[in-house]
Amino acid sequence: MMKIEAIIQPSRFESVKDALREIGIEGMTVTEVRGHGRQKGHTEVYRGREYTVDLLPKLKLEMVLPDPLVQRAVDTILKTAKTGKIGDGKIFLSRVEEAIRIRNEERGENAL
Amino acid sequence: MKRLGWTCCFLMTMVLAAVPLLAQEAPSSSPTSSPAATPGATSAASPEISKAVSEQLKQLDQRVTAAQSAGDNAWMLVSAALVLMMTGPGLALFYGGLVRRKNTLAIMMQSFLLMALISVLWALVGYSLCFGGNGPVIGGFEHAFLRGVGADPNPDYAGTIPQATFMVYQLMFAIITPALITGATAERMKFSGTVLFLTLWFLVVYAPLAHMVWGKGGFLNASLGGKFPTLDFAGGTVVHISSGVSALVCALYLGKRTGYPKQPMPPHSLVLSFIGACLLWVGWFGFNAGSALAASALATSAFVATHFATAAAAMSWSIAEWIKNGRPSALGAISGAVAGLVAITPAAGFVGPMPALAIGFIAGLVCYYMVTKVKSIFGYDDALDAFGVHGAGGTIGALLTGVFAQQVINPIFGAGKAVGGMDGHWGQLGNQLVGVLIAWGFALVGTIVLLKTTDMITGVRVSETEEIEGLDITQHGEEAYNLES
Repeated sequence: MMKIEAIIQPSRFESVKDALREIGIEGMTVTEVRGHGRQKGHTEVYRGREYTVDLLPKLKLEMVLPDPLVQRAVDTILKTAKTGKIGDGKIFLSRVEEAIRIRNEERGENAL
Repeated sequence: MKRLGWTCCFLMTMVLAAVPLLAQEAPSSSPTSSPAATPGATSAASPEISKAVSEQLKQLDQRVTAAQSAGDNAWMLVSAALVLMMTGPGLALFYGGLVRRKNTLAIMMQSFLLMALISVLWALVGYSLCFGGNGPVIGGFEHAFLRGVGADPNPDYAGTIPQATFMVYQLMFAIITPALITGATAERMKFSGTVLFLTLWFLVVYAPLAHMVWGKGGFLNASLGGKFPTLDFAGGTVVHISSGVSALVCALYLGKRTGYPKQPMPPHSLVLSFIGACLLWVGWFGFNAGSALAASALATSAFVATHFATAAAAMSWSIAEWIKNGRPSALGAISGAVAGLVAITPAAGFVGPMPALAIGFIAGLVCYYMVTKVKSIFGYDDALDAFGVHGAGGTIGALLTGVFAQQVINPIFGAGKAVGGMDGHWGQLGNQLVGVLIAWGFALVGTIVLLKTTDMITGVRVSETEEIEGLDITQHGEEAYNLES
């Protein structure tokens, strides 16, 4: 079981979600986040005062998948979230020890 | 004079039409009082007929006066409502959008509070201090508690509308003026201090200044016996210089907001500001065109001048921004419009459309420079640019009024007498300068003294913790946006 955290451009979200659904991934948690990596922010000018806005709006997708699905999911995200410009985001993978479905206390991959 | 001329013309026409038609006309006009249709109208020179004619004339005269009064009164009541709309919601939205989220209600509440507070003060003594008596500096107490202010006109100020209409119209000016100052004290002034300071300010700075410029006998008054006749059609000195200069003093006295200028403090909702600015533009027609105090051709002229100056200023500020930053911003366009409205205010009833375009264009550029450059050179924190727009725009407007005022638009000094520089009367520029300097001096000194007084009684600035938490919660115990509810 692995957890995929993908931080992507908000504009790519619909394509990413549709592509993931096509390869059979239904569940995910999405959060609106702000942040930046190498991408510089932009400048806003209000009555002559300049503000550098460096925390930019992004979306964070989180999903926990059984091992065999992980690589396909990563490939799909890479393919659909990419615009080729700085600021496309990152994918983080981490191992998950346990998953429990609250409704019936199923455990492990059955709970996914 | 013009008005009288019109009335005479109208009367003559009516009489000419009425004499041959006397028999038919009379019953339809007022069947109760007219001496029943005199059949023997052909036998001229009979004393009965001349009596009937003069009776008829008297009635016609009354009806003409009543009709004019009804028209003027309708326009003035609408104008009064329009000017109130400038403060709430106009200015409240304009300023409300420019502050940070945590101070939205606080700044709106200040405008709203003034709508209530100044109204009460106005009824008690304010109107009388501004427009009662005929002293050179301040009015008297003859109209305190609105004594004698009713349906009868006050011929010194507006001879065709009830004095109560004039009174309530002028009240709306007294409301918006202190509200403009809150733009400089935004995001850091205590509510208690704001209430006390603005109460004192209204009584000690606004009332005398309004009397000096607009009141009978006031020594800057242009048409009622002033020593330095200053042209101020709708409040360039009384409203904008006074509030703008006081705003500067407040900004300096209060000091900068915590974190200014390092920490970014962008407007939290330009949408609110945008709606506010549009309401200001519309409301300003009541402010400027209403200052003709009648539904007259002069009101139209002021309306037209106001509109063109505003448009030109919105353009010039935007052009300056486009050149400087590569992009014209919405905030720039609406700020320019407000600068144009401010600058045309003293000139509105004295200039034609072309000078109005010029005044607006110049004001947009000057205020742009004040707000973007001068403020950062001197480093004062005029949070929402009350000085940069109203102080600077008011000053430019007052001086340019001396240049562009023309007697063909408003023969305020008498028929055929030159008014401003364009008429060849460059001395008027000197009078305007005196008016400007006195307004500046009065506002400067008055505000320093009153702020000091307020500081000793209630304090003027919130604590740093309160400032960081925001005035909405710390001063009013509520939030503008409860997103979780």
